[in-house]
Formats: sequence, C-alpha cells, structure tokens
Amino acid sequence: MTIEFEAPKPIVQMQAMLKTVAENMMRSTSREMDENEHAIPWDYVEFMHTAMRSMGGGGGLTINEEKPKEGAEKRPPIGYQKLAAQIEMLSWGDVGYYLITPGGGLGAAAVAAAGSPEQKAKFLARFNDDKPTYAAMCMTEPGAGSDTSAIRARAVLDEKTNEWVINGEKIFVTAGDKSFNEYEKLGKGFIVVWASIDPTAGRSGMRAFVVESGTPGVKVTKLEHKLGIRASDTASISLVDARVPFENVLGKPTVEKSTTGFKGAMATFDATRPLVAASGIGVARAALEFLKEKLAENGVEIRYGLPRNKMTSIERDVIDMDIQLRSAWLMTLKAVWMADNKKPNALESSMSKVRAGDVTTKVTQKAVEILGPLGYSREFLFEKWFRDAKITDIYEGTGQINRLVVARQILGYTGAELR
Amino acid sequence: MYSFEPNEEQQMLIDAVGKYAANDLRPAAHDAEENHEMPQKLISKGWELGLLQASTPEAYGGFGERSAVTGVLAVEEMAFGDLAGALAVMTPSLFATPILLGGTEEQKQEYLPKIIEGAWAPYTGALIEYSFDFDPNALKTTAKAEGGTYVLSGEKVFVPFAKDAEALIVYANLDGVTQGFIVKKEAAGLSISAEREKLMGLNALPMYRVKLENVTAERLGGASGHNFELILASMRIASAAAALGVAKSSFEYAKNYAKERDAFGVKIAQKQAVAFMLAEIVTELEAMRLLTWEAAWQLDNAKEDAFTSAFLAFTGAADMAMMVTDRGVQIYGGHGYIRENPVELLMRNGRGFPMLLGLAIV
Repeated sequence: MTIEFEAPKPIVQMQAMLKTVAENMMRSTSREMDENEHAIPWDYVEFMHTAMRSMGGGGGLTINEEKPKEGAEKRPPIGYQKLAAQIEMLSWGDVGYYLITPGGGLGAAAVAAAGSPEQKAKFLARFNDDKPTYAAMCMTEPGAGSDTSAIRARAVLDEKTNEWVINGEKIFVTAGDKSFNEYEKLGKGFIVVWASIDPTAGRSGMRAFVVESGTPGVKVTKLEHKLGIRASDTASISLVDARVPFENVLGKPTVEKSTTGFKGAMATFDATRPLVAASGIGVARAALEFLKEKLAENGVEIRYGLPRNKMTSIERDVIDMDIQLRSAWLMTLKAVWMADNKKPNALESSMSKVRAGDVTTKVTQKAVEILGPLGYSREFLFEKWFRDAKITDIYEGTGQINRLVVARQILGYTGAELR
Repeated sequence: MYSFEPNEEQQMLIDAVGKYAANDLRPAAHDAEENHEMPQKLISKGWELGLLQASTPEAYGGFGERSAVTGVLAVEEMAFGDLAGALAVMTPSLFATPILLGGTEEQKQEYLPKIIEGAWAPYTGALIEYSFDFDPNALKTTAKAEGGTYVLSGEKVFVPFAKDAEALIVYANLDGVTQGFIVKKEAAGLSISAEREKLMGLNALPMYRVKLENVTAERLGGASGHNFELILASMRIASAAAALGVAKSSFEYAKNYAKERDAFGVKIAQKQAVAFMLAEIVTELEAMRLLTWEAAWQLDNAKEDAFTSAFLAFTGAADMAMMVTDRGVQIYGGHGYIRENPVELLMRNGRGFPMLLGLAIV
C-alpha cells in the first residue's frame, strides 16, 4: 500500500461513457422531468437497464468485480470505488434520474448484506432479466425517522401456515411505486420491510422481510410531492395483514439478547452512506462547473494563487467551493476504498456523509446566490440543483444523526452514553 | 489506483517522528513559548530523525529521494508536537530544499553535503514582507541583474534563525517574477535586526528582520533561474501539513478534556453541543488532510493541477486550523483561556498560517 490518487482506468472509462449518457439523456430533459413530477423517462430506464446488463452489471448499479483473467496480476478490488464514481457522474447528470436507475437499490442491498445464499439466489437473480426491475427499502414510518428503534410495524408468525403476517405504515420509500406496483414495461420487483418480531426486545427484535410485488394487503397509498428529486417516486406503503412466506425473513427468525438484527440495517448504512455522499457531490459539481462557465461568459475571472485578503468576494466563494467539493469527494473515495479493502469504515462513512451533506447544500446555495436573478430563474438548472442537493443532508441519516455516529466513534461512546 | 495508506517506510517514519513529537516536543511546548527559547538539545534530537537527509539523494550526502507525500506526513506529525519546535528543526530545509528543487549542480554541490552531513546548523529562508497585502507572487523586495550578478534591495521579516545563519535564500521580485537568491552572511549591505520579532505566537522560534541594501547575491538556478511556483507549492503543502498537526493537537486535547470534565452529572463530551463540535472538527481535519495528501501526490507525480491543488490545500487548511483551534479553546471554556492549559497557544499558532507562508517547505 501507499498513498495514491490516480483514478483507475476502468473508472475513467466508465466516467467518460456515463458523461455522454448524462449529457444526452439526462440534462436534455432535466427540466421537463422536474416540472412533470412522477413522469417516468422510459428511454433512460430502458437504456440503462440494457447497458448495465450488457456490461455484466447484474442489471443495476451494483458492486461488480471483473474476474481476473487467468495468469493476470491480481488487482486490488475497486467495486465500491467504481460504484461511487458511477453514482457521482449520473447525479452530475440528474440526481432524480440516478435515483430511478433500474436495479435492486437499497432493497437488494439489504438482501445482499443480511440474506442467506439461498435468499440471495432467489431474490437477486431477477435484476438480470429482460425487463428493468426495482427493489426498495421500507424503513421510515410516520413516527419513526432517524430513530429507527421506534419502528412500530409488526410481523407475527402464523404457525399454521408458516407465514409472517405483517402490519404497518411505511413512508418515504424511494422507488416504492416501481418496486411494488405492476408496470407493463417493468419486471416483478420487491420491497424490503423492516418490522419487529418482538416489540419487547427493542432493536434486537427488528427484522427485514422481503415482500414481493403484488402481495395482497400491501398498497401504495401515496406518492409524495417533493422539493426536489422529482423524477424519483417516494411512496407511502401500507401493510394490512400482509402475508409473506417464512423464508422471506432476512437474518435469524428468533430473538436473542443482542442487536444483530438492527446491526444488519446499520451495516447496510455503512456501505451506502458514502454512495449518498457521492450522489450529492455529483449535483454540487454540476452546479460549480456551470457556475464557472457562466462567470467566464460574463467576464469574471477566478484568480487562483492569491492571498485571501487580495481576492474578490466571488473568488473567495468559488475557491471555497472548490476546496469543499474536492475534499468531500476525497473523503467519499476513502470511505469506499476502505469498503473495497474490507476495512471497518463506520467512521469514514459517516464523516463522508456529514461533509457531503454540508458541502452540497452550501455549494448549490452559493451558486444560486452568486448568479443573482440568473440563479433564481428556472431558465437554468441552478435552482433545481439547489432543491435536488438538499436531500443529501437528509436521507440515509441526516447530518445530525451522522454527527452523532461520528462523535460516538471518536469518543468511544455507546448510544446510551451519547444520546 | 486510489490508496489511502502510507507505505511501510512512511509508516516507520511517521512512528519515529510521532514519538519525538509526543514525548519531546509536546511536553516542552509550553515552557519554550513562555521562555522564548527552544532548547538546542531538542532541535538536535529532531534533526537526528533525518527528515531532510532522507529526502536528499546520495550524491549530495543524503540517503533518499524527495517525496512531497512523505514530507507532509512527517510535517503533520512533527507539528502535532509543537509548531515552533517543528519549524526550528526544519529550518535548514528552508535553504536546502529550494536548492534541491531549483539550484544548479554547482549550488547543490556547494551547499547540500555540508548541511546534510553536519549537525543542525542555521541555514534559513526569507520570504515574508511586512505589508498587509503580502503576496509571494508580488514581492516588494527587488532584484536587479547587474552584469553577471544580481543586486537585492528591500526588507524581509519573520526570518527564523537569521542572526546566526550561515546563508539564507532571499526571495525577491525580478522584473515581476519571484526568484530565490542565495545570500551569504558576510554579504555587504545585509543587516539583521538585533531584536527578535515579537508575534502573537511562535515565540520559541527566534525570528529576525533582514534588511538588504544593494546586496550582491547569486540567483537560484543560475542565469536561467528556477520555477518559483514549484517552491511555492512545496511551501504551501508544508504549511497545510503543519496546520493539520496543530489542529490535531488541539483536537486531541479538547477531546480528552471533554471526556474528563463533568457538568450536569455527565461528561461534557456526552452533550451533543460539545460532541457535535468534536465531530465537525475531526471531519474538517480529515477533509483537509486528504486535500493536502492529494496535492503532495500531484506534486510528486508532476500533475498538471499540482500547483492549484497546493494552493487550495493551503487555503483550506489555514481556515481549518483557525476553526479547530478556536473550538479547542471553546471546549475548555474558561480553562482554555488560561496559559497553563495548552489550547490557547495552539489557537495563537493556529491563527498564523495565512500569513506565515514560507516558514516550512517539503
């Protein structure tokens, strides 16, 4: 090992390809999709599905390690790094589009993280089929956001039929509609529902259940209207006596005095937080690059190399944005590099998310401010990026929750010691 | 490839420097500052770690190749101990490294072996000028070509160990471009202030004013000169790395204090108001560390963006050091304001980075 910052070739090539997609299929219709909430850009969905399948990507944005050729030198794994770079570039195109990239998403991630080999084989194969297919994660409830231990959804085993009976209300399910409801052009997806099998056991009673598309008793009750990321559907899902087979529970079906069930969910977050960071950074980079273009068009030059007290206000702002954005990206890279190399990265993961949440919010806000009326106008995408970027500091753990995680890590405190 | 782990050799160096910083520099920092004196024994011990020696090729008396990445790793560790101590130990680099980067073969042969092979000796560099708009790319000290030689005029401030220096590199404005010049202590027209500089921090580091009145000097790199941007970038990342070390020191003190100090029946670290400050500090530190590493790596690999990256790392790390060291004092509360405790000195030192460019180089 040594310290190195050379982007691996497969990542550079992939970025170049996705940039073309971003420019031709995303940016060209970004505004239209923003103004027609919940419309589905089928050409993007179908193109991405076909493209990712042909690249052996398992029909989605997943960790995809190329098998080394025989006799070839063994290379260090870069699957997570590549995925983060993909997400950054797609989000540079349009983060709403990125969020509806077909594939298993967080639902499949939960299966991959906590499922048995049989479950993985059964539930994950579909993403490689002919039609684009989605899966979603149902965690949040009206009364339980970041405090996931407050989840009230219940799963009870009906021993006669050997089925789990699930009741609960889930909200803010990203891609919940496309994962659960039937569409002619989509394959049969699933949702992963978090529910308690023993409410007296707190977090250790929490389990995730795979609920297949179309399961009776499950309904998408609402699609949210949002500040940004409007191409992405955010569903409310109600489960009333929904029955799923016994073998659809991820992890142990019995409760022991431990928090392994919940830790499964948290482990998923360690893996996904830097990916959310990467997505936000893509949006912010779009805003910063376009801001620089607009400034140049208007004859404003950014002089790098001056002492702070000789810079103009705009130079200070833009240079700060450069510093913030680049460092946020490097933190994200480090977190996924650690994941690739099987190093525990709970701290780095949450730090990258804290940083990216702050940076993407500030950079996109500043871009709008610096450009004045041009920034605020819907003629350009600045105001949209500003709205889109805000979600970075909210989903997958708000900035505050991630600060808590970081603080506990560096102080060596448990959740009870630092609430 | 991306990779974020020091190699074995670098790790050994970090460990050795870290040990010296923690066991020797850190405990001495308070008294050194109060007494305005850095014990020579401490400086010599730091010199014997061989940082400069390890980044100088064998041909000039050293035993390695310069690596900016290794340099920033070492500087952060050293500055974690004490900024004044670290700068004192590394002062000879202010003379040797620019020669290594931009000197002619003759200049390298003349100076490097005797510096590298000898005991710590006061060779130094003079960049800063006493002006609110000090800018290394727009110096007021001038250099004029006269025949085959150059004549310098102007005034430099904050020059470490200038009083005893055998020779120093003075940076001056040559027709609008900054260039370094080698000035020997016996040069006519060179005068060093009798009194030391008095600054908000860094009082253990003896610094002086240097006046140049038509001083004849030798240009770094000879008649064709050298690329000052490279030297400046090497100064910037060294400064950024030193800022990381100072900030990390403040963070460690504040974190430990917050875990000790009781209030309202719990440790203050158990309060989100304090815990979040610490979380933000560690995040900001890591952000600027990676930015500095990347800039150093780009310099080592002669990447196109290297100079801009070094500028961004320096600018960002300087801000970071101020933010972090200020919070260090804040977390200590009233005790932070008392000079018996270490965090106020770190805050005074932490403020200096934007104006103290040129006191370190890797």
